[in-house]
Amino acid sequence: MNHVLKHIVVFLFLALMAFAPTQSMAQDAEQPKKEKFDAKSFIFGHTGDSYCFHITEIKGEPVCVWLPVIVKCKDGGSWHCFSSKHICELKEGETFNHNGANFYIAPISADKYPGKLVEVKADGSLSRPFDISFTKNAFGIFLVCIFLLAFFLPAARKYKKDPMAQPTKYQGLVEWLTYTVLDGIIRPNVPEKQVKRFAPYLLTVFFFIFFANLFGLIPFFPFGANVTGNLSITLVLALLTYFFVNVFGNKHYWKDILWPDVPVFLKAIPLMPIIELISTITKPFALMVRLFANILAGHIVIMVLMALIFIIGGMYGAGMGGVMSIVSIFMSVFMTALELLVAYIQAYVFTILSSLFIGMAQHEPEHE
Amino acid sequence: MELFLPESGLVIWMLIGFLIVFFILAKVGWPMIMGAVEQRNAHISESLLAAEEANNALAGIEQKRQETMAAAQAEQIKIMKESQDLKTQLIEEAKIQARKEAEKIVTDARLKIEKEQAEAMAQIKNEVIALSVDIAEKLLQRELSDKQSQTDYIEQLLKNNTTRIEA
Repeated sequence: MNHVLKHIVVFLFLALMAFAPTQSMAQDAEQPKKEKFDAKSFIFGHTGDSYCFHITEIKGEPVCVWLPVIVKCKDGGSWHCFSSKHICELKEGETFNHNGANFYIAPISADKYPGKLVEVKADGSLSRPFDISFTKNAFGIFLVCIFLLAFFLPAARKYKKDPMAQPTKYQGLVEWLTYTVLDGIIRPNVPEKQVKRFAPYLLTVFFFIFFANLFGLIPFFPFGANVTGNLSITLVLALLTYFFVNVFGNKHYWKDILWPDVPVFLKAIPLMPIIELISTITKPFALMVRLFANILAGHIVIMVLMALIFIIGGMYGAGMGGVMSIVSIFMSVFMTALELLVAYIQAYVFTILSSLFIGMAQHEPEHE
Repeated sequence: MELFLPESGLVIWMLIGFLIVFFILAKVGWPMIMGAVEQRNAHISESLLAAEEANNALAGIEQKRQETMAAAQAEQIKIMKESQDLKTQLIEEAKIQARKEAEKIVTDARLKIEKEQAEAMAQIKNEVIALSVDIAEKLLQRELSDKQSQTDYIEQLLKNNTTRIEA
């Protein structure tokens, strides 16, 4: 019975598809073209950073959380701080004047500074001010930070108050999460003596990435900021790993970099030390790009699947768009499920490689 | 391409946010959780060890009790056996004693009888001697001419005396 039903549904879809194009063509001929769906700005608007947190639209009016814009103009300019409401609601060609400086957000399709706040100088030239605006991603970062503190600190306080008390279910969850990372990722890679020293960083990194990934998948306010799919954020994480690897690296680690066990002519040039030094940079660089690219790619795929509905709908009409929406929703449910897996895997990979690099820099040679 | 360039503003916010969380959690978060869990782990393994030791001790006590019980039973059996032996021995000894006593009594009696017999014999001898002397005295007093009458007389005397002895 189910089988028959499935065939009927498929048949109906196919029938709809057959009629859809002709219908839309007829409509197109009658009406002037409505504003075209801009897939690029749709996708990159959602995966990229933004000065305001767009929640939804009610009757054509955007409902946003206006975040503060904090900029310092170039060439000895002054500091400017204002609500992003002023610049997000600008029409095309308008600028916002704040204390004598004119600002607007370059459109995503612009060649220079797309999607960024730019200052329009008096002579009409554009300049990008030093921008430390509290953007959507900054909001996302602090959301994750507050969540981490709110999730782990109460447990820590309970443990501090009475370490031998029977743990609550919540403490059990915290313990399980902590020890999954500690015993599964950190202990196998970092020498036992150094675990206490590096575990705080590695645990924080893991849970930051993991929850940032998960929050990125939740599509409504206050979640949905593409935090870990942003290069600035993965750059900071990679730099911190670089710092922990190299600053705490032991004598043996530095000896291997600066004076490795190779023929003298290779290190006197000094070819090998340069290669080794570059390799210390490429490792965190790979970490940075891997996390960024994986999360961004996942978000883009989901956004593309969503955009496909409107692209197809725009090309072949609403009927075809409706068919596409069913396909797209199935696909994006699948993709979101996959992204859940990726959220864990990427946090895992970043942490395991960080602990591996840290562990390698702590490795003591065996004495013969 | 903008997507692939880090934003200075976001880098700064990320550094601030992440480092604050890192320092707070490194100070009052992870060490507490790890410390408490490790402390509890140590406590649990210690307790398990102690429980096992107590169990072993208990098993030792049980074994000792059984050993003591077995020893007491063995002792009981031994004592009973000893007393049995003692009893038999006592009875045996008593029997021997009694037999000895009886033998002694019998011997004494025999000795006494023999002595009395000897005394009686001696008395009889004395009587016979006295009789013979008496007879001889009487014979001597009579004048014996006739051999026949002499013999008759002796026989008469003997007869008289014999009846006297027999009496």
